[in-house]
Amino acid sequence: MSIQQFSNISSNNFEQCVKCTVCTVYCPVTAVNPLYPGPKQAGPDGERYRLKRSDFYNEALKYCLNCKRCEVACPSGVRIGDIIQQAHMNYSHGSAGVRDRMLAHTDLMGGIATRLSPTVNGILRLTPVKLAMDLTLGIDRHRTFPAYTPRKFTTWFRRHALKRQDRFTRRVTYFHGCYVNYNFPRLGKDLVKLLNACGIGVDLMKDEKCCGVARIANRLIKQATDAAKVNLREIRAAVASGNDVIATSSTCIMTMRDEYPHLLGLDNADVRDHIMTATRYLYRLVENGDIKLVFKPDYLRRIAYHTPCHMAKLGWSVYSIELLKLIPGVELSVLDVNCCGIAGTYGFKKENYRYSQAIGKTLFDSIAQVNPDIVATDCETCKWQIEMSIPYRVSNPISILADALDVEATRAANNI
Amino acid sequence: MKFDTIIIGGGLTGLTAAISLAEKGRKTAIISAGQSALHFSSGSFELLGSVDGRPVENPVEAIDNLSERHPYRRIGKERMLQLLPLVQPLLTRAGVATTGSHYTNRYRLTPLGKVKPAWLTLDDFATFDSPERLPWRSVALVNIADFQDFYPVFLSAGLEKRGVKCSIHSTSIAALDNLRRSSTEMRAATMARVLDYEAVGVLAGRLNSVARHADAILMPAILGLTDDLMVRLLRRLVCKPVYFVSTMPTSVPGVRTQMLLQRYFMKLGGTYMLGDTVTHGEFDGDRLRHVFTTNHSPEPLSADNYILATGSFFSHGLVATPSAIVEPTFGFDVDAPADRAQWFRKDIDSAQPYMEFGIATDADWHPRRDGVTIGNVQCAGSILGGCNPVKEGCGAGEAILSSLNLTTV
Repeated sequence: MSIQQFSNISSNNFEQCVKCTVCTVYCPVTAVNPLYPGPKQAGPDGERYRLKRSDFYNEALKYCLNCKRCEVACPSGVRIGDIIQQAHMNYSHGSAGVRDRMLAHTDLMGGIATRLSPTVNGILRLTPVKLAMDLTLGIDRHRTFPAYTPRKFTTWFRRHALKRQDRFTRRVTYFHGCYVNYNFPRLGKDLVKLLNACGIGVDLMKDEKCCGVARIANRLIKQATDAAKVNLREIRAAVASGNDVIATSSTCIMTMRDEYPHLLGLDNADVRDHIMTATRYLYRLVENGDIKLVFKPDYLRRIAYHTPCHMAKLGWSVYSIELLKLIPGVELSVLDVNCCGIAGTYGFKKENYRYSQAIGKTLFDSIAQVNPDIVATDCETCKWQIEMSIPYRVSNPISILADALDVEATRAANNI
Repeated sequence: MKFDTIIIGGGLTGLTAAISLAEKGRKTAIISAGQSALHFSSGSFELLGSVDGRPVENPVEAIDNLSERHPYRRIGKERMLQLLPLVQPLLTRAGVATTGSHYTNRYRLTPLGKVKPAWLTLDDFATFDSPERLPWRSVALVNIADFQDFYPVFLSAGLEKRGVKCSIHSTSIAALDNLRRSSTEMRAATMARVLDYEAVGVLAGRLNSVARHADAILMPAILGLTDDLMVRLLRRLVCKPVYFVSTMPTSVPGVRTQMLLQRYFMKLGGTYMLGDTVTHGEFDGDRLRHVFTTNHSPEPLSADNYILATGSFFSHGLVATPSAIVEPTFGFDVDAPADRAQWFRKDIDSAQPYMEFGIATDADWHPRRDGVTIGNVQCAGSILGGCNPVKEGCGAGEAILSSLNLTTV
């Protein structure tokens, strides 16, 4: 009697697909863009053919957001999103153009723009400039680039925070990412305030590169791999010194934990458990009784929590939600998991803009229905998309916790 | 992270148990490795449709005729009668509106035009008192142009046999034109995501114009993926009664049922961890102390009690290796013969023995591990075995009642 195949050949479980199409139900793109073949067809179904002949590759795979919602829904553990991204990386003939390179190098662009921030911010908001970028580069004219900060987070940290970190014996390494450094240092400052109040010192990496998510999405694989190698070296150094590595962006964390090994082939098994979102790190300390958080009784807000797709993939929204629930004056609603549609650089591209907004509509409607004071979410690009599309303010849970924190009482509770 | 109860498996069984506990104020979490078999739901919950190949009219009475290994017999008829009245109200509280009774089976229409017994049926669908006499003289079967997961010709043949005159129509509306460009992605669930207020208004106009001479309209179940708002809207706008018929999977009313139950559970304060897999457990003698999952390792998830609701083979609650049937998460003892030849019969239509395999549990539904009974774990749903849900038409009843039995005093 012949025995069925009992172990996998692939590393992405593609042979486990039973063609149930559950993934399609949860794909944000399928319902709005008929050019996209859908996760089942683009993923395991198409892979059968591509393994035989690479010219079965279909350029329409570029419409995949890499949100991984198909993977979260799959009952058979097929890494559908990875299969699609790998195909995109391995078989696509087009190379990244000027626009994609610009969008992908968030750290290089940010480094230049922060130096010229008043000028750059002003220029990027001018209608003729938006029109010109739309026509020449293909960056949609309806988009507004997030404002660049005049002073980078790292500059602030060196001048105003570095010295006081020496007081703490318990330390953690903060991967600030491009967004906090070049656009929104306040989030980094909030994290430092929160951690310091609990008696935890913050270290930065000596050399931090962009996590690489935008480079991977724009098929700049060599550049992504080079950056990832530097980050992994720094992460290993941090872990060796006894630190965990945390970030305030769920996407940076998902990329460094999962995309490095799955898409870039960089083994991170030795340090992967030490890479986590700031809310997971904090929740664990609170749960174990290692730190205490005391909140202002008069911080009263109605908050709607939106789960970013990559947070859903990590499975960690529960940490952010449980922390927000600790604030006594917060009335929290957890929104159904729906993609906001921007997917990092995807939504900035002219060819994707209308799909991006159509995808986001379900989320926008659900926020309007709750009508909260603040939308909480762990992803910066979700924040841009929601704030660009509907009149609600969006904050990272870390900023909300920092706002609500009674610093003096927290310091006292932690014997600082 | 610590909970009162952790339920492993997020389908109908796990959700029923979770809601029942969360309503009593217990801190409850569900860990679910992907979406559940509710995505393939017919739209009806079956309690008991057939015993020894004979159709059942009164499920409660027929329990006595089941084998002693059947979960209904093990729960006991008296206890079943205590639990059964709780089911429809629980579904209603979650927003799942149903019709039916546990004393007398009603009958539902299958996509191939057959009539099958059903216990509770979602209000989207037609149900009948008798399998022979349908309440219509003529119906209009309306499909969406280019939708390939619905077969009006089969449906019509089945209905004509029962004396119902059928007219077949095909229609489309502008809102669906975009989807019609993709041959692989024009599915029921995708259409449901596109059909909003405006589109349903237009669709209602089309139905009104084709169905002037019919008693009722039957159309594929393509409305209401996250709630039943669009179903109710269409019915209000169409002058004839509209009933939906199941399509090929995925099932729109099934996805909706999953979402409504899940949303209700979360509103009660429950934690639903989707896309996470329990890799193993840490045991201390006869107790399961912690479980470890793909997403939360190296930290454990802990609870006082655990419910194993991981389903049968299809959901990987049981796995057949070349040499043994195993429970893959904890290695609990399985009630199945060692000899592979006894797992199946070559006649594909006959009842397959493997369908009745399950975890070996004691009278209180505790599993055994290497012969040791694990006191703080209980099993529910199709992982129990002892019955053939396909042949007996008892899958939903087994899921719901075995979990209510564990969570109701």
